[in-house]
Amino acid sequence: MNRHFLGDTAVLLGRSLRHIARSPDTIITTAVTPVAMLLLFVYVFGGAIQTGSGSYVNYLLPGILIITIASGISYTAYRLFQDLQGGIFERFQSMPIARAAVLWAHVLTSLVANLISLAVIVLVALAMGFRSGTGVLGWLAVAGILVLFTLALTWLAVIPGLTASSVDGASAFAYPLIFLPFISSAFVPTESMPGPVRAFAEHQPVTSIVNTIRALFAEQPVGSGIWTALGWCLGLLVLAVTFAVITYRRRIN
Amino acid sequence: MSIPPATPQAEHPAIRVRGLAKSFKDLQVLRGVDLDVARGSIFALLGSNGAGKTTLVKILCTLLRADAGSAEVNGFDVAARAADVRESISLTGQFAAVDEILTGRENLVLVARLRHLKDVGAIADGLLRRFSLTEAGARRVATYSGGMRRRLDIAMSLIGNPPVIFLDEPTTGLDPEGRIDVWRAVQELAEGGTTVLLTTQYLDEAEHLADRIAILHQGRILVNGTLEELKRLLPPATVEYVEKQPTLEDVFLSLVGTAANGEQR
Repeated sequence: MNRHFLGDTAVLLGRSLRHIARSPDTIITTAVTPVAMLLLFVYVFGGAIQTGSGSYVNYLLPGILIITIASGISYTAYRLFQDLQGGIFERFQSMPIARAAVLWAHVLTSLVANLISLAVIVLVALAMGFRSGTGVLGWLAVAGILVLFTLALTWLAVIPGLTASSVDGASAFAYPLIFLPFISSAFVPTESMPGPVRAFAEHQPVTSIVNTIRALFAEQPVGSGIWTALGWCLGLLVLAVTFAVITYRRRIN
Repeated sequence: MSIPPATPQAEHPAIRVRGLAKSFKDLQVLRGVDLDVARGSIFALLGSNGAGKTTLVKILCTLLRADAGSAEVNGFDVAARAADVRESISLTGQFAAVDEILTGRENLVLVARLRHLKDVGAIADGLLRRFSLTEAGARRVATYSGGMRRRLDIAMSLIGNPPVIFLDEPTTGLDPEGRIDVWRAVQELAEGGTTVLLTTQYLDEAEHLADRIAILHQGRILVNGTLEELKRLLPPATVEYVEKQPTLEDVFLSLVGTAANGEQR
């Protein structure tokens, strides 16, 4: 590892965070859609959805947090694409800096921005009656899973950011990610779905992650689901980093 | 005054290119380029669009790898010692590589930090003064004119005093005043001992600035020499008497009032 890696990453992270501070709309737009969904599902559809005991907002929040991340990470692809277009990427590449720092700064920026959005969503949910009796450890576990999921999806977003030929292309990849929670246990229990859909829903990553977070909030045993959730997150992270790094190497050679 | 040149090779040229070739798929962009650039000189690489100028600059700046041949910058091989090359150079690319959302001063501080320098604030303020950007320094670059962006771009390239500077079409898209500002900055650099390799498609720019000029055409260097040498390649001049009309540039500059401080240098 280059001896300047940490310092260079910190400098570039400061730059990207300043971008966010100056155009806070990237955080607001990330938070607006999930908040609207939260309102819509709790106050409009929620009355007709049977989730068993407990309030629907308690049931819904984990899925909304996942949707927040899925839409928030597309800004990484956008920011990376802008850097490549503007020529500042080439300036950084021709300077004596740790090359990996350029990507890591964008990834960490995404992490910070998403954590802010997530905090906003949780506050809105609390105002709407979301309650959890879980302690500090439970919250830390939830935060840990969300951080891991954000990192995995952000590294995935790096790939279109490096390869896209237009702004639209750079952010379009996120749409399927935003849809994934709909075919999961995020909004309704999977038991209500017809066979093949249910089979898909129960074996895709969102369901295990959502169920784990829900169990942590409800102070119920997470069972083996947490290992499935962590397995998906870590597996996705390793795959995404590998392909992102390959794409990056190809790009700079 | 700055990054030490690789001392054993101090008498070597600042840039040495031998047999450099590069293709993109079936397209041969460079087909065996040879050139030397002496330390402290201004070297202009002249060529039309698609001649391969940018590709050559990118290889010398370690942004691209050559398929064949060799290149040394400041005595370091660009393939084997890319990190040392990056310590020795700065690149001002074809599009102003500035951060629009940051202020001018923040852009300079950013580059100074990434070059791991101390006293970054003082460096930024000094360069803002030198490039007449002090007043604009606290404004976001998005509000800058094309000429101001270019000046900032070049100022960013000077941070850390790299001994070799690459300017890829530094005046494309600039108005005449902006162009003269850039020319002045380039001349000051060379006076300070920096080696400058610039690419351009404007003949007068090469004529005005460069100690040596090479014409790159279809991936090969057609000619390489001083302006006088290039002129000698043509049949001797015939003597004609014509009324000396002011050029449009003369008219423009006298009306706008910057001809005096721009052209005198």
